[in-house]
Amino acid sequence: MANTASSPTPAAVDVRGWGWRHASRLRPALEGIDLRIEPGERVLLLGPSGAGKSTLLHAMAGVHGGDDEGEAVGELLVDGAEPARVRGRSGLVLQDPDSQVILARVGDDVAFGCENLGVPRDEIWRRVRESLDEVGLDVAIDHPSSALSGGQKQRLALAGALAMRPGLLLLDEPTANLDPDGVREVRAAVERVLDRHGSTLVVVEHRVEVWADLVDRVVVLGLDGRLMADGPPDVVLSRQRAALLAAGVWVPGGLGPTAPRRRVAVDEPTEPLLTANGLAVGRRPRDIVQRGLDVELPRGTSTVLTGPNGAGKSTLALTLGGLLRPLDGRVEASASLSAGLRGDPIGWRSRDLLTRIGTVFQEPEHQFVTSSVRAELEVAPRALRLGDRETAARVEDLLARLRLDRIALANPFTLSGGEKRRLSVAAVLAARPSVLVLDEPTFGQDRITWLELTALLRELVDEGLTLLSVTHDAAYIAALGDRGIRLEPTNTRAFA
Amino acid sequence: MSAVASGAVDAPRLRFIDRVNPVTKLAAAMLLTAPLLLTVDWVSAATALVIELVLFMAAGVRPRMLVRRAWPILIAAPIAGISMLLYGRPSGEEYWSFWLARITDGSIELAIAVTVRVLAVGLPAVLLFMRVDPTELADGLAQVWRLPSRFVLGALAGARLVGLFIEDWHAMALSRRARGIGDTGVVRRFATMAFALLVLAIRRGSKLATAMEARGFGSDRPRTWARASTIGWSDWVLIAIAFAIAVAAIGAAIAAGTFHPVWS
Amino acid sequence: MHASAPTPTASTTGAAPARNLRWRVVDIVVASVVAVATGLLFLFWNNIGYAWFVAADAVTPGLGGIAVGIWLIGGVLGGLIIRKPGAALFVELVAAMVSAIVGNQWGVETIWSGLAQGIGAELVFAIFLYRRFGLLQAILAGAAAGAGAWTLELFTSGNLQKSAEFLTLYFCTVVVSGAVLAGVLGWLLVRALAATGALSRFAAGQEATRRV
Repeated sequence: MANTASSPTPAAVDVRGWGWRHASRLRPALEGIDLRIEPGERVLLLGPSGAGKSTLLHAMAGVHGGDDEGEAVGELLVDGAEPARVRGRSGLVLQDPDSQVILARVGDDVAFGCENLGVPRDEIWRRVRESLDEVGLDVAIDHPSSALSGGQKQRLALAGALAMRPGLLLLDEPTANLDPDGVREVRAAVERVLDRHGSTLVVVEHRVEVWADLVDRVVVLGLDGRLMADGPPDVVLSRQRAALLAAGVWVPGGLGPTAPRRRVAVDEPTEPLLTANGLAVGRRPRDIVQRGLDVELPRGTSTVLTGPNGAGKSTLALTLGGLLRPLDGRVEASASLSAGLRGDPIGWRSRDLLTRIGTVFQEPEHQFVTSSVRAELEVAPRALRLGDRETAARVEDLLARLRLDRIALANPFTLSGGEKRRLSVAAVLAARPSVLVLDEPTFGQDRITWLELTALLRELVDEGLTLLSVTHDAAYIAALGDRGIRLEPTNTRAFA
Repeated sequence: MSAVASGAVDAPRLRFIDRVNPVTKLAAAMLLTAPLLLTVDWVSAATALVIELVLFMAAGVRPRMLVRRAWPILIAAPIAGISMLLYGRPSGEEYWSFWLARITDGSIELAIAVTVRVLAVGLPAVLLFMRVDPTELADGLAQVWRLPSRFVLGALAGARLVGLFIEDWHAMALSRRARGIGDTGVVRRFATMAFALLVLAIRRGSKLATAMEARGFGSDRPRTWARASTIGWSDWVLIAIAFAIAVAAIGAAIAAGTFHPVWS
Repeated sequence: MHASAPTPTASTTGAAPARNLRWRVVDIVVASVVAVATGLLFLFWNNIGYAWFVAADAVTPGLGGIAVGIWLIGGVLGGLIIRKPGAALFVELVAAMVSAIVGNQWGVETIWSGLAQGIGAELVFAIFLYRRFGLLQAILAGAAAGAGAWTLELFTSGNLQKSAEFLTLYFCTVVVSGAVLAGVLGWLLVRALAATGALSRFAAGQEATRRV
């Protein structure tokens, strides 16, 4: 039911010779951008990472920072006015679900924008209910916002933007940190909103297929900070295909023949390196998320661990990795894995665990402990007291193999998303563990990093590494799902 | 870390106190404790402590709840006492001395006074704030006390990230074990985790600020409030009670002749 | 309400260029977040180091003050990162409120001490007119925060009733500890944070990376 009475008028965007230089840079991030977006147009903004897509989007929302943070040239207007002067004409949804929930209760969070715009109280609550309804978020007004899933949080952010009645919707990779269910939820909510209000849309995303059918125009920014292409989706996507693929953009069907294939059949069953029987897992002693699990990790095979959010996949992976204590049952290592050590992995010393089971965390920054890429790779060899020559040999090998050599002296926290992921994997490989546990290794990665990572892992498994990956990524499962474990909220079963 | 994780959520309900605006609790706690901080004598502290305990019991506080919530203060009180016992200004007969430490009649009296005072000052704050919801406190600070809303709401939004930081911390602790540096060097490990936590915190804060600005936060436009924060008669009653306890405590000390300002 | 800052002096270490002294949204939020994080770190640290501090505080003549510096680092971090009037005070105060509410430990006394320590650090940055944020200012701010804490405890802990020797010793340890553990450590921390790019929206971070 179209609510025409409250539908805001779609906004127009005018960008004329616009550019932006960040205060700490000599070179402008964006230069000479000319762009006119008509009211009601739906635009997909593409480009390699570092091309300034987010900067442009944030400028349209009027939040790219004032004179303290950099300098702008040219003109960027929303409905003929400077964006910062017409707050509320645009609504912005950012990438990270956790960093854009503002208040503790769902209703308050949606109301926040209205409060800032000085909307009267009765009107605020009317809008809150309407916006929650529009994005399909069916929870109580005082529901804690921290208890929402990633997809729900993104829809909450969308509702918060909608409550301001914006004529321009700006989405900055809103689905990059979501699992497939979350992506579907958010995309459906956006579509519903656009159909109802006809708002202007600008969305930045590197997974084109999510938005391709919804947009009527694609704009591509180049690494030089200028416009590279602009036109209807099918025209731009076919003409710019090669350039987009090379820039790491996920163009539909762009995985190509270079993607590794899963091993069709394991010739004969191999000895399991890790075996769990009647396992119960949880982060806290009284908080069991799964019980009665029987799991085996056979040597030299790649196992993928899948299932819906909250089923306890990461918790199981960390328990198998010898990091979390089983709440019931045991995780046992085979004689060849324990190699002389007594007891189960959870009882091993940190240093002994290193060469046996390596774990790569979902958030690379959680595992960085030094101030340079090289030092990060040296952590494991030093902990193993390998000596300078062996350490240097391993570090050089990994630097070259994971294309980290040019950034060997960089601070790990300054790296791009793809570089951080490669470093976090390399740092664990430096110990040469027999078993490798990966938590969402391809989450939010661009196409190039994805291809490199899957190729490397496939190669390592074929050489004898035992791999366990928690993942939602269908393409990853196709490449590395030799075996599968699917966790449902109550029990476990194998599917392959 | 259970205190951190649980927060105000599992706190028991209290009669009367739960109806009071959080800023009133803050005001009452300050009003009640400020006079006590100006005197070191056991009579005023004990008077206040006894009245407080009676009133909290009446509001529904049970002894077990009190111990579970207030244990840090129960430990801190005797420690403050020991320090005062050894280094309090000496007077009267001396029983023991070693270098700078001297136990005398005077220091014993001061030690008892300080121990009781820590309890009398600490308990009301802990019990009053047991169920304070940060959102409601912020509403009160901005609407009742008229503190600048930009700062109050900015602080509130930042404070909400505390749950994420705790998750970060747990993940980082596990990752240290996975990286082979979990066996030794507690302090060094703590330092790497503390640093990474700050980096993640500042990144998240910067993104949160962008999200808030995009929703019109921080402009000069006057803002409205979706929920009104008000004060009523129960708030004034609590203030009156706090004032009465302070007067009774100081009055009792003066009457008993033990009143002892800290500066004399 | 754009306060006009004086013209920049020649670029010596720690000298800030002319800047807007009004708080931006990102200043407020990041100041809060730094406060929350430091408040939380204190709680985590308590699990490791607090018992020692408590014991030292109880039985030694003022030597407990040696560890106090760590608790004063919020104000130094706030001043060095945000560089706006009131930043040191705001961070120290919010950190105190967070540990009062989250940790549920000391209650109102924590808030008093946050105020006293914050004012101490803030005064130093104010004396330098919010134009210099180098190592010297960090050390002085840490020491002043310690002096603030010491002054408050004269009343809140009844320390005025302690012997002059104790008070002198305690003053020295608190101030030195504040200068080193809050001042020097805080300065090093901000430098390291700037190197990670996390401070790119702040002058403190832009100075560190102004090369590219």
